[in-house]
Amino acid sequence: MIWNSFIEFLSFSDPNVRMVTFGTIFLGISSAVVGSFAFLRKRALVGDAIAHSILPGVAIAFIFSGSKNPYLLLLGALISGWISIYLIELITDRSKIKADTSIAIVLSVFFGVGIFLLTIIQHSGAGNQSGLDQFLFGQAASMRGEDVLAYVIVGALLLIVTVLFFKSFKLLSFNPDFAAASGLPVRFLRFVLNTLTVLAIAVGIQSVGVVLMAALLITPSAVARSWTNRLSYMIVLAALVGAISGFFGSFVSFAAPAMPTGPWIVVILSVLAMISLVFAPGTGMVARWYRQRKNRRKVLRENLIKAFYHIGERAEEFSELVSLSDLQATRDFTSRELSNGLRQLEKRYLIIPDGNKWKLSEEGLKEGKRVVRLHRIWEMYLTERMRLKEDHIHPNAETIEHIITPDIEEQLLEELGYPEMDPHESEIPYDKSKPRN
Amino acid sequence: MEAIYIIATGAVIAASCGLLGSFLVLRKMAMMGDAISHAVLPGIVIAFLISGSRDNIPMLVGAASVGVLTTVLIGLLYRKAKLNEDASIGVTFTFLFAVGVILVSYFADQVDLDQDCVLYGEIAYVPLDLIKIGDRFLGPRALWIASGLLIVILLFLWKGYKGLYITTFNPDYAGSLGISTVFWHYALMSLVSLTTVISFESVGAILVVALLVVPPATAYLFTHKLKSMLWLTVLFGVISAAGGYYIALWFDGSVSGGMTIISGLLFTIAFLRSLIKPKPAPTAK
Repeated sequence: MIWNSFIEFLSFSDPNVRMVTFGTIFLGISSAVVGSFAFLRKRALVGDAIAHSILPGVAIAFIFSGSKNPYLLLLGALISGWISIYLIELITDRSKIKADTSIAIVLSVFFGVGIFLLTIIQHSGAGNQSGLDQFLFGQAASMRGEDVLAYVIVGALLLIVTVLFFKSFKLLSFNPDFAAASGLPVRFLRFVLNTLTVLAIAVGIQSVGVVLMAALLITPSAVARSWTNRLSYMIVLAALVGAISGFFGSFVSFAAPAMPTGPWIVVILSVLAMISLVFAPGTGMVARWYRQRKNRRKVLRENLIKAFYHIGERAEEFSELVSLSDLQATRDFTSRELSNGLRQLEKRYLIIPDGNKWKLSEEGLKEGKRVVRLHRIWEMYLTERMRLKEDHIHPNAETIEHIITPDIEEQLLEELGYPEMDPHESEIPYDKSKPRN
Repeated sequence: MEAIYIIATGAVIAASCGLLGSFLVLRKMAMMGDAISHAVLPGIVIAFLISGSRDNIPMLVGAASVGVLTTVLIGLLYRKAKLNEDASIGVTFTFLFAVGVILVSYFADQVDLDQDCVLYGEIAYVPLDLIKIGDRFLGPRALWIASGLLIVILLFLWKGYKGLYITTFNPDYAGSLGISTVFWHYALMSLVSLTTVISFESVGAILVVALLVVPPATAYLFTHKLKSMLWLTVLFGVISAAGGYYIALWFDGSVSGGMTIISGLLFTIAFLRSLIKPKPAPTAK
C-alpha cells in the first residue's frame, strides 16, 4: 500500500506534489550548504536565532505595505535577520555577557516583538494575514511556483558563491585568526557568509517554520561531519542529506495529507543524524566505544604483565609460579580485572597456567621487560631532560608507558645513551635477543 | 480584578523563570533553557493524551521529565559522540519539537492545544479559569499553580544555595569539597523543565526563554554579586509583567509578547548604560 503510493508519488502526476517536492529538495540543499560553515564555525545556534529574529521584520514589512508582497516581506526578513546577527556580536563583544546568553536574548526578544506585532495585525483584522502565520510553523504544502523559483534562485546563488569563495570560507571556518593574518578580508567574508545564511533562512522559513529551520541548517552537517573529514565532501554530503530528507518529508505528507511536511523533514534528518552519530566508522559512538575498550584491555594486559615482572624481579627468578594474591599485593587489581586480564594473557601465550598459579612464558618475559623498560626510561627522561624531581615522575610514566611506540623508544634510548639504572636505582631491563644498533 | 490576576500570574512566572535563569546565564547554559522549552512539547502532548486534562501534578512532572531527558540526550551527543555543544543542542531540541508538532497535528481533535498557543501562550485567558471551592472563587488556577512552583523554587534556592553557588562558580573546588556537580546540574535542569512546562500555557515555548534569560542578563549587567543579581532579576521580571500587560492593552497585542518587549527594553537600557559607563581600571590584588 505504501509502495503503491510511493510509485504514485514518484510519477509526479500531481503538479502540486511536483512543486512541493522540488521546493523542499532545493531548500534542503541550500540550507545544508550554508549550515555547513555555521556548523564548523561553532555558530549553529546563531541560525536558530536568525530564524526567530526574522519575524518582526516580516510583520513590519506587512504593516507598512499593507499587503503580502513576497519581495517586501523578504526584504523585511533580511533586514531584521541582519540586525539580529549584528546585535548578537555587539552584545558579546561589548559587554560581559557571554555568546550563549546574547544569542538567547536576541532570539527571544526579537521573537517576542514579532509575536506582539503579529497579534496586533490579527486583532486589527488587517485583511488576509494568513500568509504571516506560515512564518511560525511553515506551510510546505501551500508552496507555489514562485516559491520554488525563489528556492532555485537562492540555491543557485548560494552554490555559486560557495564555489567562488570556497578557499576563503574554508580558512575562515577553521582558523579565523590565520585568515586575518594572511590578509584575507575577514570582515567582508563574514558579511557574505552571514548574508547567505540570512537569505537561506528567510526564504526557507515559509515552508518549515521558525523553529524547524534551525534543524535544516544544523542537522545535515552533523550527519555529514561524522562520515568525512574533508570540507568539500562534507558539504556535498550535507546537501545530499538535506535533499533526501526534503524528498521523503514531501512523500510522508503526500501519503498522509494530515501530516505536516516540515516536521517530518526534521524527523527524517534527525533519524539520519542519530544513526550517523552512533554507527559512523571512526567518529561514531560505537567506534569510539570499541576503541576505548580495546585501549583499556591493552592497558590492563600491560599492567598485569608488569606485575608479573615486578614479582619476578623481587624474587630474582622469573620462572616461579605466581598466585592471585601475589598479583594483588603488587598492584591494586579488582578481581574482575584479574580474571579478565589473565584470560587475555593466557590466550596470547604470554603466561603459562599451572593450577591456580601462573608463570611468565618466554614471550611474556620479553613483553614484561618491554613495559618496565618503557616506564623506567621515561622516568629517566623526565629527571634528566625535564629536571623533574624523582618523586613526581611515577604517575606520568604509568600513563606514558602504554603509549610509547618502538620508534619513540629507540629515540629516547639514544638520547639518554642506553642507561643501566632508572632514577629510583632499579635496573632497566633490555631485550638481550635484540641487537643494539 | 482581571488585570491584577494577569499581572500577578505573569509576575510570579517571571520571578520563577528569572531565579532559575540566573544560574543558566552564569553557567553559560542559556541556550539549554531554549532547548528545554522547545523539547518539552512532545511531553506535554503525550501527557494531555493520557490524562485528558491540563494540570494534574503527575502529568506536569511527566512532561517535565522530557525536559530532563533532553539535557541527558544533549550531554550524550556532546560527550559520547563528540558533536559540538551548540550542534548537540540544535539537533536534539529541533527533533523533539518536530515530534511534538507532528503529535499536535495528528491528535488535533483530542488535544486541546493549538499551534499558536504552543508558540506564544495566552496569559490573557488566565482569569477565565478560576478555582472554586463552595461558592467562593479563589482566583485563577494558573496563578495557584505558578505560586506553588515559585515556593518550590524558593525552597530549593534557600536549601541549596551553597551547592548551587559553588558548582556554578567553581566546579573544580566543588568537586574537591565532595559536592556533586552532576547532582546540582540535574536538580537545576529538572526545575527548569518543570518551570517551562508550567509556564508553557501562559507564555508559550519561546517567550519562556525570554523570561529565563533576559531579566537575569539585565541584572548581571548591574551587579557582580549573586544575591543582588537574584533580587534585581525578580524586580525586572515583575516590571516586565506589569509593563507588558499595559502595553498589550494599549496596542491590542499579546501580553506575553508585551512582557518580552518590556524585558528587552530594560536590557537595552542596561546595555547602553554599560557602554557609556567607563570600565573601572584593573586594580592589583
